[in-house]
Amino acid sequence: MGKENKNTRRKFLDKGLKLGFITALSGFGISKVASKLNATPNHDSGSKMELMNTNGDIIQVDSTDVTPVEHSSDHDKKYNVREGMPNRKFVMVVDLAKCKNALACQSACNKHHYVTGDNAWIKVYNMQESKDTAPYWMPVTCQHCDQPACVTVCPVDATFKRKDGLVLIDNERCIGCRFCMAACPYSIRVFNWSEPDQGEIYVDMDMSHHTPTPEHAGKPSKMGTVDKCDFCPHAIKNNELPHCVTACPNGVFYFGDKYEDTVTNGDESLRLSKLLEDKAGYRYMEALGTEPSVYYLPPTDRLVDFNDGLENYTEYESVAKPE
Amino acid sequence: MKSREQFIQDLAPKKFTKAEKIWLGLLIVVIFAGFLAYVDQVRSGLQVTNLNDYALWGIYISNFVFFIATSFVGAATVAILRLTQNAWRTPLVRIAEIISLAAIIMAGVTIIIDLGRPDRALYTIIYARFQSPITWDVIIIPTYLVAIFFLLYFPLLPDLAILKEFYKKTNPRLSKWYGKLSLNWKGSAVQKALQQKSIKIIAVLVLPLGLILQTIDAWLFSSTYRIGWNSTNFGPYFISGAFVAGVATLVVTIFMVRKVKGLEEYITDYHFDKMGKFLALACLIYLYFNANEYLMPAYASTVNEGIHLETLFTGHYSTIFWFVTIGGLIVPVIILMFKKGRSPVVMFWVGMLVVLASWWKRYIIVTPTLLHPYLPIQGVPESWRDYFPSLHEWLITGSNLATALLILTLLVRYLPVVAIQRTMDESALENKAKTGES
Ligand code: SF4
Ligand code: SF4
Repeated sequence: MGKENKNTRRKFLDKGLKLGFITALSGFGISKVASKLNATPNHDSGSKMELMNTNGDIIQVDSTDVTPVEHSSDHDKKYNVREGMPNRKFVMVVDLAKCKNALACQSACNKHHYVTGDNAWIKVYNMQESKDTAPYWMPVTCQHCDQPACVTVCPVDATFKRKDGLVLIDNERCIGCRFCMAACPYSIRVFNWSEPDQGEIYVDMDMSHHTPTPEHAGKPSKMGTVDKCDFCPHAIKNNELPHCVTACPNGVFYFGDKYEDTVTNGDESLRLSKLLEDKAGYRYMEALGTEPSVYYLPPTDRLVDFNDGLENYTEYESVAKPE
Repeated sequence: MKSREQFIQDLAPKKFTKAEKIWLGLLIVVIFAGFLAYVDQVRSGLQVTNLNDYALWGIYISNFVFFIATSFVGAATVAILRLTQNAWRTPLVRIAEIISLAAIIMAGVTIIIDLGRPDRALYTIIYARFQSPITWDVIIIPTYLVAIFFLLYFPLLPDLAILKEFYKKTNPRLSKWYGKLSLNWKGSAVQKALQQKSIKIIAVLVLPLGLILQTIDAWLFSSTYRIGWNSTNFGPYFISGAFVAGVATLVVTIFMVRKVKGLEEYITDYHFDKMGKFLALACLIYLYFNANEYLMPAYASTVNEGIHLETLFTGHYSTIFWFVTIGGLIVPVIILMFKKGRSPVVMFWVGMLVVLASWWKRYIIVTPTLLHPYLPIQGVPESWRDYFPSLHEWLITGSNLATALLILTLLVRYLPVVAIQRTMDESALENKAKTGES
């Protein structure tokens, strides 16, 4: 219901905007059209070209109508950090049937993002809805919501939504009001309550020439600002998978592009739509209308024993501290 | 009838007594301790608090909400009493405005204290995004502050001119200050017309501004998905709660000022009786919204809501919950129903009780909700499942409250808390009426 309302409202706004635009442009447009009508078409050079259109049909076009498209060599790599990669929409699928709380995802994430606080960015929850239903392990990352509650409430645009689906944080902008943490229903945001203990990393990575961007993989974290799972933009930029995906020994995580309709866990690549259909995929707390980018496959026909995971389960710890 | 000189003598600000000086010293000590704690907090980060990724807001925010609520009293009394031409307001409104001013200033300070990066506080203006309720707050708080300031200042002009004359011989320096602040007030017809018009405009403006302020404050919470916050009831709930907190603070302050400044002749039992009825009404309205907020959800609650309500009704927070509901609302209403219950001394204690309950009320609006997220609390230190403010937080909060009291004390010291000119005019009118009748 709520979602529908939102959608109709958006459509209404959309229409209103467009209508406004049309009225404003029509004056300008009419004069343009008039000049076009008066001009004599120059479609008569005699030479025709054969091209394939998007439907796969061969069509003939006058060669004077064809202008080459300029290709930029670094089209995929060079992009605005706040805008994201053009024409991509990153999604994740988490197969609960395979998860046995190996926690390799968490260790990898902690390590690669230099998580030094008490709260990890990715957590594997010990879930049991009611006492008669079966327990299962549930990894939770940032859901990179398409209607992100965290972004809506941020007063300074420090946390933002990119066109490619990622929700990121600008630690140079965040004022530490923690409103986004209150707003996120998935409780995945963590705060740097103290100066993050990343001193040595600084030296290791030689951060001196590094201009900070939200794609820093959590370094350097800043005291008094928020952090969270970022879907590893530093990795996807280089066509690599996020660290949790590659680290998981059980292939629980699939990552991919919704527009390409493919996801992969490193071992197998699958059609996203087919996977979701076959395994009855769903999104967590769909009813809230946050439109997550993370899909879950229900823990049916489990390949693993829940109890195996209990060995790794630490209720009060998610970031291993150096001794 | 009293002479003009007598009025001025009675109502002109008086030097600090010994007791007041001790009080002042005490406030300064508390403020200083909090200042040191805050310096430490800025240096070592919010880790000095007991806040965590679950209880991400705590006592600072609840104190902020308390200040916002208290600041409503100026708007409420002025708008309601002035616009309805209530005669008994004269000795009360100025103190109400002073309380409002002190509270709204401290609300602004408190919210900055809560920030993880106070050095970036200005970003809220530089990078402001209008979709965030915090931005609405950044706009409304200064606006309300300015409105309250003028509401206090304009009616003061004639009094400042009187005080300039009064202190000419005894304290020329003070007299000069009053003179400057009085903006050359001569009491001419033009000046009076202008002043009256200005006051009227501000008085009309301040009520909507006050209502907006309270509502935005409520929306800070209800614009999230959190159980116990995401409630359509929150706007009016906060407004009526602000009424209670504000009027109770007014009662307590007026009692103290009257006692210390010896104003028993001007602020009488009659005024307390009226304020008592006002406070009882405020409590009853707030009770109604409390019933909406807690009783109805209890009838048809989801699992999470059920857990939340249980911690309030019978669980971890039940002691505070019932203290603020019974002690802070029901008992006061019962006491205030009796005429004796509305006598100054009883009213003072009732007021104290309500103020205290109002403060804790904010605490249990902010805290318990955060400790009941949708996902279970796992993988974090055990201490994160609970929240109780740390020493730093108490010191800083104490210092914030003390600063508000300091502003109050200083304003009461240097401003006539009961309007001199107005009191004289009213008494003259009364006399005319009496002699006219006889
Ligand atoms: S899961 Fe939370 S932090 Fe992530 S995008 Fe959604 S609301 Fe924002
Ligand atoms: S804590 Fe930072 S990211 Fe979150 S809402 Fe505040 S400014 Fe935005």
